[in-house]
Formats: sequence, C-alpha cells, structure tokens
Amino acid sequence: MVDFTLWDILRNLLLAARWTLLLSLIAFVGGGVVGLALLVLRLAGRPGTGRIVGAYVQLFQGTPLLMQLFLLYFGLALAGLNTSAWLAAAVALTLYASAYLTEIWRGCVAAIPRGQWEASASLALSFGQQLRHVILPQALRIAVAPTVGFLVQVVKATALASVIGFVELTKAGGLIANVSYEPLLTYGCVALLYFAICFPISQLARLLERTLR
Amino acid sequence: MSATLQAAPAPTAGPVPRGDAGAHTQVGAPILRITALRKSYGAHEVLKGIDLDVARGEVVAIIGKSGSGKSTLLRCINGLEVFQQGSLIVDGRHLLHDNPKAMRELRQGVGMIFQSFNLFPHLTVGQNVMLAPHLVKRRGRAQNAERARALLARVGLSEKFDAMPDKLSGGQQQRVAIARALAMDPAIMLCDEITSALDPELVGEVLRVVESLADEGMTLLMVTHEMSFARKVADRVIFMHQGLVHEMGPPETIFGAPQTPELRQFLGLMEGSAA
Amino acid sequence: MSFDFLSILAQWPLLLRGAAWTIGLTALATLFGATLAVAGAWARSQGPRPLGWLVGAYVELIRNTPFIVQLFFIFFGLPELGIRLSPGVASVCAMTINLGAYATEILRAGIEATPRGQIEAAQSLALSRTQIFLHVVLPPALKTVWPALVSQIVIVMLGSAVCSQISTEELSYATNLIQSRNFRAFEAYIVGTLGYLGLAILLRHLLNWAGPRFLFGR
Repeated sequence: MVDFTLWDILRNLLLAARWTLLLSLIAFVGGGVVGLALLVLRLAGRPGTGRIVGAYVQLFQGTPLLMQLFLLYFGLALAGLNTSAWLAAAVALTLYASAYLTEIWRGCVAAIPRGQWEASASLALSFGQQLRHVILPQALRIAVAPTVGFLVQVVKATALASVIGFVELTKAGGLIANVSYEPLLTYGCVALLYFAICFPISQLARLLERTLR
Repeated sequence: MSATLQAAPAPTAGPVPRGDAGAHTQVGAPILRITALRKSYGAHEVLKGIDLDVARGEVVAIIGKSGSGKSTLLRCINGLEVFQQGSLIVDGRHLLHDNPKAMRELRQGVGMIFQSFNLFPHLTVGQNVMLAPHLVKRRGRAQNAERARALLARVGLSEKFDAMPDKLSGGQQQRVAIARALAMDPAIMLCDEITSALDPELVGEVLRVVESLADEGMTLLMVTHEMSFARKVADRVIFMHQGLVHEMGPPETIFGAPQTPELRQFLGLMEGSAA
Repeated sequence: MSFDFLSILAQWPLLLRGAAWTIGLTALATLFGATLAVAGAWARSQGPRPLGWLVGAYVELIRNTPFIVQLFFIFFGLPELGIRLSPGVASVCAMTINLGAYATEILRAGIEATPRGQIEAAQSLALSRTQIFLHVVLPPALKTVWPALVSQIVIVMLGSAVCSQISTEELSYATNLIQSRNFRAFEAYIVGTLGYLGLAILLRHLLNWAGPRFLFGR
C-alpha cells in the first residue's frame, strides 16, 4: 500500500479539477448558444414552436440529470456513434444548461415592460430590430446575475459525469479514496475544491445582482 | 362590556388629579406616568424630557407638526421605541426594555392602533381578533370566539368574521384593528394617526368607534390630525413642538385661546390646509 | 434498430418498488429538511449572532458543493469516524441537509420581506418573540416563498436519483437493475426517466394543493 500524504491527495485532485473546469466551460458556453437560439425561437415563433421549446425545458427540468446522462450515453451508442464518457457528458450537460438558460432568459425578457415592445413596434422596427436594439440590451442587464449564478449549478452538475466514468474531480476523489483508505479526508478535500470554485462565482453573482439592479 | 372598559374606582388615595383634566377623570393614581423621558436617534434628540400623567378614563389628544416627536412618544409607551432616559409607568408597571416578560405584561394592558392597520394578512378577521387572547391570555376557544364576535359587532363588522383582511375597505380594516386591540382588555389605548391612511369618506366610521370608546370610559391617547375630532372628544390636548410638551390644556383653551406663537401658527396652518 | 419497451414494462414490480423508495426518501427529506430550514431561517434572521453565522456557513458550504459529493462524504467518509449509515439512512441525511440549506435561504428571504408593522402590531398585542415568529412572521413568509420551496423540493427529488450510486434501491437503481438483466439500456432509461417526470409533475401538484390547505391558510 502506498502512503498518501495530504499533498498527494490534493495534487491529484487539483489535476482532475482541470477537467471539471473544462467540462463546465463547454457546457456553459454550449448551453448558452443553444439556449439563446431556443430563446429567439420561442420569442419569434408561432405558438407551436413556443410550446415545443416549453416542453423541452419541462423535460430537462423535470427529470434527473443522472438519467439524462445515461440516456445520452446509451442513446449515442444506439445511434452508432463511438461513445466516450467525455462526449456523452459534454452533450448532456450542454442540453441541460441550454434548457435552464433559455428559461432564465425568457424570464428576463418577460420582465421588460410591454410598453417597450409597443413603443419600438410603433417606431416601425422589425422583430429582429426590436430584439437587437430595444429588448435584449435591457434584458441583458437583468440576466447577468442569474446567468452567473447558474454557472455554479453547471459546475456542480459536472460532478455527475463521474457516474458514467468521466474522470473529473468527483471521480478522481472516488479513485483516490479507494487507494488511500482516507475517504473522509479525500471527500472533504473534494468538497473544499468545489467550494473554492463555486463560492467566488456565487459571491460574484450576488454582487452583480446588487449593482445591476 | 368587560370590566376593564369601565373606569375602575380608585382603591387608594393617590396624587391629586390635574386640575385641567376633564369629566372622565376620577380620583386615583394616574394610569400612565411619564417622567423626564428623553429619546434620541444617534445624535439627534427626538424627545427632550417629557413629563406627562394621564388619569384613568382620560382622553388625551396629542397634536403637533410632523417631526415634533408625538408619534415617537406614543410608540415609547408600549416599548416599540427604546428611550434612553426617564421612566415610564403604565398601570403600576415600570417599562423595562430588557426584560421581555415585563414588557409582555405591560403590553397586555396597552392596546395600540396603527396608521397602516397592520392586520395579519394570512388570518381571517375573526382569527386576527382571537390570536393574541389565545396565545397570550390562553382564553378558551369558545369563549374567545364569542368575545371576538361581540367585539366585531361592537365595531359594526359582525358579518365579516370569516372574511380575509384584504377583502375589506381601509375603514373596515381599521375597525377590525380596534376590535383586535380591545380583545386584550387593555387599560389604555394608543391611537397613532389612525385615520391618516384612510380615504376621507372612510374617516367618519373609524372616528365614531373611537368616540364610543371614549364615552365608555376607555383611557385614550391619540396622535391625530383631526382637530375637530380632538376638540369634540378629548379631555385634554397636548401640543408638542420640537420634542417637548409645548402647551397643554382643555380643548377649549388650546383651540380657543392658544398661548404660544408656535401653537397659533400650527393651528393657523391646520385651518389653512382644512379650508 | 428496434425498440422493446414491453420487456421493460414487464418489470413493473421493480419499477414500482423503486418509485416507492424515491417517494419515501423525498417525503422524509422534505419533512426533516423543512423543519431544519425553519430553524435555520429563524437563526439567520433573529437568532443569536454566532448561531446565525454558523447557519450561514452551513448554507454556503452546501450550496457551493455538488449533492453527490455530500452523499459520498456521508456514506463513504463518515464511517472513518465510526458513523456507519445504511444506504437509505445516508440518502435521507444527505437529502435533508441539502434541502435544509436551500430552503433556509428561501425562507429567510420570505421572512425578511415581512412588513415591520406586522411585527409591531404583534408586539403591541403582547405576543412573545417565538409566538410572533411562529404565528405572524412564518405563515405569510411560507406563503410568499411556497412556489420557490416547491421547486426546490422537486429538485431534491430528482437529485435523489444519485442515491443509486450508494445502492439505495430507488427508481434509478431499479432502472439500472432492469437494464443489466435484459440489456435494453436505452429503453430502460427512457421508462425510468419518464417515471421521474411523472413523479415530478405529481409532486408539484400535490405540494401546490397541500401548501395553502395545511400550512398557511387561504
């Protein structure tokens, strides 16, 4: 048995944390792009498309992320794609983030007074112009804080990628706990590392909420 | 009506009542005695040494400009505001801020009605009236309900027992607030500008209830902008100015023959705004 | 490619058992978590200062770490201290602690929105601090934050899927068991996922119905 020092544990966890950060970033950015597209679809489209996007959101918010991950993992394999845990996790988390972000942003757009739509429409702006020049700039201001806040949720969500075998912070913690026979210390360190990533983002979101209101 | 609503006979000979007190006054210890009371917010002194005795059954109106300290004085009497110096005795009980038990005993004897009604929005009208007697006085369920119904009838709202507060007009809400305060059988009632938040047409119904309380011998201390009401109902009027009792006397004197230029100016302003 | 859902649905007793576990875990966690949250919100808004800070630290710690790590810490970590919990108990503990933190913060927001006049009216009616909190402050606060609280309870229910990782026999565990028997993984997870969706909708309706009736009046 190898003796693990605290530094050994921490060093290995820190290395694994890079993957947590990378996966978070991919899911957040990917989710943002998809989410924005869904938002425009929802605002512009006929009632039909709006309802479909609504159902999409309900589906992702009404089922466990864990099940979504498994579904994608096995679904991609079924579709003949060479599935890696890495790909399944990235896709699943992107879709998951897109559903939440599109819903957050829809709320921000809905918070813009009706009069703004009416005023810009009466100035003969097209729908695209209304969005681009009048609505989104105002909505963006309210959206910043909850969006940053959601990043915390994404970072925590990446921990579930460990379940399908992707070696990020949580999975690395499990592996180290098994070989070091120090599960308490290891999982304590894992938790603290997550805290070290998430807490500053939470505080930033709180600060933004105060200053941008 | 409950026994406490009637002026209690004086058990012992107390200090001689003030000469300027009105018809309700009976011989006995003052129900409220305020001595050299000072209160400040930080460096700003709001009350600069108030001395005031109120006899049992007396109706006292406090008038004055906003910022003169009249609401603060009222709020000191049941400990909603903490004062730094002086003493305050209600019905023989010293007001002790840092003793929660003593505060609760004192508050049982002091009813308060607020400008903004402050009914509990999640409780029905009946539950609003019954909450404190149930929790504090441990009054039995049946007796409590019976009493609440009687009090609501007393303020003309017997049919609203099961209504939610937000379904009532402002005047009705304020009358419920009066019934709620009465349910604790207070020895003295504090009214803090209770008609200021009401639409003009609703003021009358609330003032009529207050007047009937005065007629039944309830000790009343009210901060008010309703000068004609003060003149009609009060035994004594106190004019506060810059944190002090500036002038005090029977309504005829205060309104008919004001002594100080400040009071004259204040009454002139009130008349001007009323016109 | 062909799908075979019938062979999954044929395993309905397993699925039902799993769903029952999920419901049970959620019910217990909601009960304990909500109680914890009421105490936590009280401590945060009007309790003694040091206790307020302690609760604040607990809330931040839980909200900024993943649930699965909390669960593993309790199930794999605590035995090192001699605290050995069965999967079911560890799951309820983790869910309770998790919900408690989020709900504390939600409730606190509702409590701090109480108009000052409400409290003054209650004070002038001689109610004690505890009575004011329980009878005047808490019910309207619960009513205000109930939608947020319901969402959080649903999130915790969905999150409980992770408890299968410590072999708690709830719905996702049952799903995994079925797919390991008949190798119809995709179909199994479709059925399991729809099961969760159904439970989430049911739970939301139940709580929206029950809250006004039993907790805070009309």
